[in-house]
Amino acid sequence: MSASPNASAGAAPPAGSTAWTVAGIRRALESRKVSARELTKDYYARIERENPRLNAFLALSPDRAYSQADAIDAKIARGEPLPPLAGVPAALKDVLDTRGTETTAGSRILKGYVPPYDATAIERLDRAGAIFLGKTNCDEFAMGSSNENSAFGPVHNPVALDRVPGGSSGGSAAAVAAGLAVVALGTDTGGSIRQPGALCGVPGMMPTYGRVSRYGLIAFASSLDRIGPFASTVEDVARVLEVIAGRDPLDATSADHPVPSYSAGLDAPVKGLRLGIPAEYFAEGLDPAIRQKIEAGIGLLKQLGCVPTPIAMPHTAYAIPTYYLIATAEASSNLARFDGVRYGLRVPGATLGEMYRKTRGAGFGPEVKRRIMLGTYALSAGYYDAFYLKAQKVRTLIKGDFDRAFQQVDLILTPTSPVTAFRLGERTEDPLAMYLADIYTVTGSLAGVTGISLPCGKVCGTLPVGLQVIGPHFEEGRVLRLARAFEAAGGFEL
Amino acid sequence: MAVEAGCYNFGLAMARATQEASSIPPEVLARYEPVIGLETHVQLKTATKIFCACSARFGDPPNRNTCPVCLGLPGALPVLNRRALELAVKAALALHCTVEERSRFARKNYFYPDLPKGYQISMYELPLATRGWLEIEHDGKTKRIGITRLHLEDDAAKGMHEGFPDSDRNTYIDFNRGGVPLIEIVSEPDIRSPEEAHAYLTALKQILLYTEVSDCNMEEGSLRCDANVSVRRHGEQNFGTKTEVKNLNSFRYLVHALEYEIERQVQTLESGGTIAQETRLWNVAAGRTEPMRSKEYAHDYRYFPEPDLLPVHATKAMLARVRAEMPELPAARRARFVRDYGITPYDAGVLTATRELADYFEQTVRAGAAAKTASNWIQTELLRRLNASGEEIAASRIRPEALAELIALVERGEVTAASGKAIFAKMFETGKPAGRIAAEDGHRQIQDAGEIERACREVIKKNPDQTAKYRAGNEGVFKFLVGQVMRATRGQANPQVVNEALRRLLAAK
Ligand SMILES: [Zn+2]
Repeated sequence: MSASPNASAGAAPPAGSTAWTVAGIRRALESRKVSARELTKDYYARIERENPRLNAFLALSPDRAYSQADAIDAKIARGEPLPPLAGVPAALKDVLDTRGTETTAGSRILKGYVPPYDATAIERLDRAGAIFLGKTNCDEFAMGSSNENSAFGPVHNPVALDRVPGGSSGGSAAAVAAGLAVVALGTDTGGSIRQPGALCGVPGMMPTYGRVSRYGLIAFASSLDRIGPFASTVEDVARVLEVIAGRDPLDATSADHPVPSYSAGLDAPVKGLRLGIPAEYFAEGLDPAIRQKIEAGIGLLKQLGCVPTPIAMPHTAYAIPTYYLIATAEASSNLARFDGVRYGLRVPGATLGEMYRKTRGAGFGPEVKRRIMLGTYALSAGYYDAFYLKAQKVRTLIKGDFDRAFQQVDLILTPTSPVTAFRLGERTEDPLAMYLADIYTVTGSLAGVTGISLPCGKVCGTLPVGLQVIGPHFEEGRVLRLARAFEAAGGFEL
Repeated sequence: MAVEAGCYNFGLAMARATQEASSIPPEVLARYEPVIGLETHVQLKTATKIFCACSARFGDPPNRNTCPVCLGLPGALPVLNRRALELAVKAALALHCTVEERSRFARKNYFYPDLPKGYQISMYELPLATRGWLEIEHDGKTKRIGITRLHLEDDAAKGMHEGFPDSDRNTYIDFNRGGVPLIEIVSEPDIRSPEEAHAYLTALKQILLYTEVSDCNMEEGSLRCDANVSVRRHGEQNFGTKTEVKNLNSFRYLVHALEYEIERQVQTLESGGTIAQETRLWNVAAGRTEPMRSKEYAHDYRYFPEPDLLPVHATKAMLARVRAEMPELPAARRARFVRDYGITPYDAGVLTATRELADYFEQTVRAGAAAKTASNWIQTELLRRLNASGEEIAASRIRPEALAELIALVERGEVTAASGKAIFAKMFETGKPAGRIAAEDGHRQIQDAGEIERACREVIKKNPDQTAKYRAGNEGVFKFLVGQVMRATRGQANPQVVNEALRRLLAAK
């Protein structure tokens, strides 16, 4: 009756979790070893058991999940062909709009808000047969690197419960790491998929800007926001990405660029791939234990015939201030719509201005307020040129670093994060130290390129290390191919 | 969906007017030169809104035409309506602007309940089009008014402050108008009087109607106008401090508000005061401009490029497509009417007032009427009656071909000029053709000399006394005898023929 682990499908399971994969589920469904409803029930049982200590889910959507599962089971009963993600239990970050399910973006200001429509990526997952278990916890409006900025309490890292899962997509990363979902969607603005992927020990991918429609993603920073997958295996990352990617007429910035079958291209050879190793990413601030793991990972890839090549990315040092100016400027405007007039929280006031102030004062948490203030300042008359405009110019220089690098190499390898999962509360008093956790991820965000974080062994026995693989625009296939080779060679357990 | 805005009226709160303008001696006023620039907002005639697929129709029940995009729901994104871009480009070309190869939307950030996203999507540093001009005619002279820029933006929703049982406490919002495409057309400060401002808006409206860019319906708010006004002593090179006057939403208000504001500024300066740079609102009821509460309008809009939309590229193909649908513009048509039809510039101006009227005139001529005659009939009969009945020319029951037929009847002498007017009146009421009305109502003029001669003989026979008097030299009697013939023919005899026949017969004996 209850679903059994299917270790034969895909790679070895992460420690402490049971490992269903997309392909494994498909085989089990087709051979009627399990029904989609049984699988769904099993995952809800796991969530019920584990979520109280992890706080990974904010809302569950059993009505929708069971009706999706029943639709798959009915297809099987009728002998119809199954869609690509048939019966795959999925967790969805709470900044993604889901029709009929509360969507708060981790904020009090949206408590109780139920969107009337699905985000495009969600709609595509739905059509592909996935089962929507529920919405995952995250930093408020995706602003944070530890998940401690959620209005609904932090997520605990499944590998060490007293530690952060990373952020802002900490709930999605933790859900996959703890086996509470087979796949999950996160969003990445400055590292919010890759960094929690690294800290929780699961692959997490940021697609190229424009690869996946942002329609229905509650905007943090519009020119940086991406939606991307988490999964336990590279193959499943590829399977989710190929479903959600592609042009969407509802997002003017989504690219009209063909979507290859990422899963079909995974096993192409990686021999001879030139891997850029930028010195700037191995400088002061990098935990030596992490450095050692990353170097071991590079060594493994060298054994596979890849060619590590030192490269220079001279504008890396400016990435953090550039990122925080652009992201906060856009956020200050994107979050203006939460004004208490049409939806979400409203705190009455004697005047319109007072209603605005009280609503936003009570509805937003301290980090969101800090970023709105920073962004408002950066756009203000008299400061715009010195801050926002200057940041845009530096962004162009950082993009130039990547353009030049990709003329010499096929992919770039860096650590995902300078630190492993830190303890809850350890950094909350020092926002600047928290911002530096994004130091290796914001560059790719600013450049619009694609990147994945891969598990690359553990330090201190339990704390996962993330290896970041960055590829040129729309070269997700190349990134995934290397990731798959790394996984197959045992890189995850280095 | 009814959207409630909170427990207060957010209507434009007015501070008390600080100065009352009273009449200033004309010789004092004459020492100053007003400097005026107009900012005009025009709703584009698209089927759907600028950034979503909702209908842009006016007058639907509140909040019927809404969706996540135009309600500013979390996660919704704008996508530019291509037709809105084409109409804006069309307006720009008609106003002789340079359409920029690359323009860009920008966010204008401010909080207001009628602005669901918390920002308006407008254009700022890279507008769609720049450096155009518009020709106005005023006092018999032609003058060019420069157009600084023309850009696209989305309209705000509409606050409904009245008409609900709880309107004293609550404001409702109708989002049907939110997201309707607008162009803003900013003129250079080239306007020197309220009358020139009137002429500018008239010419602008005429071009926008000709090009079918907008229906320019001021009552429905599809044409709205703000003015920047300053005054300076004649001969002074520098501009004075300007005020922005809002809410000039009819031609009448525009002129009245400008007159008021100019006098107010002159009076302030004359009494040793200085002009405050501020935004003022035309108070229709009080007939004066009043300062808006500066706190609410001292905005730093924090413009920045809209990251959700790509830059706009005006491609050669798009410009060609727009040019291909460009009609002949009013000025060109006026000139052609004078040249080709030999009518006066004044008549050409009247006949080209609207595209429909000009088309009507040309169709009448094409149906065989002489241009000058057609021009006279249209101006004296048709326009007068349309004005009286309040109908549009498109609704007129007299089609151009029917008018041409009537004109032909009169020209050929088959009906008298007087009968023609009577027939016209009946055509206007019933839509029946002229020939049929002439026949049915007995308007046909009798041309047959034999028939007329018979009638004359009859009259001579019946009036021996008068005939004798005439023959005795009393010329005055002749008119009486003609009258008798006309009566006998029920007015249908050609008077010329009657005259000749009668004189001949009377002289014969
Ligand atoms: Zn809409």
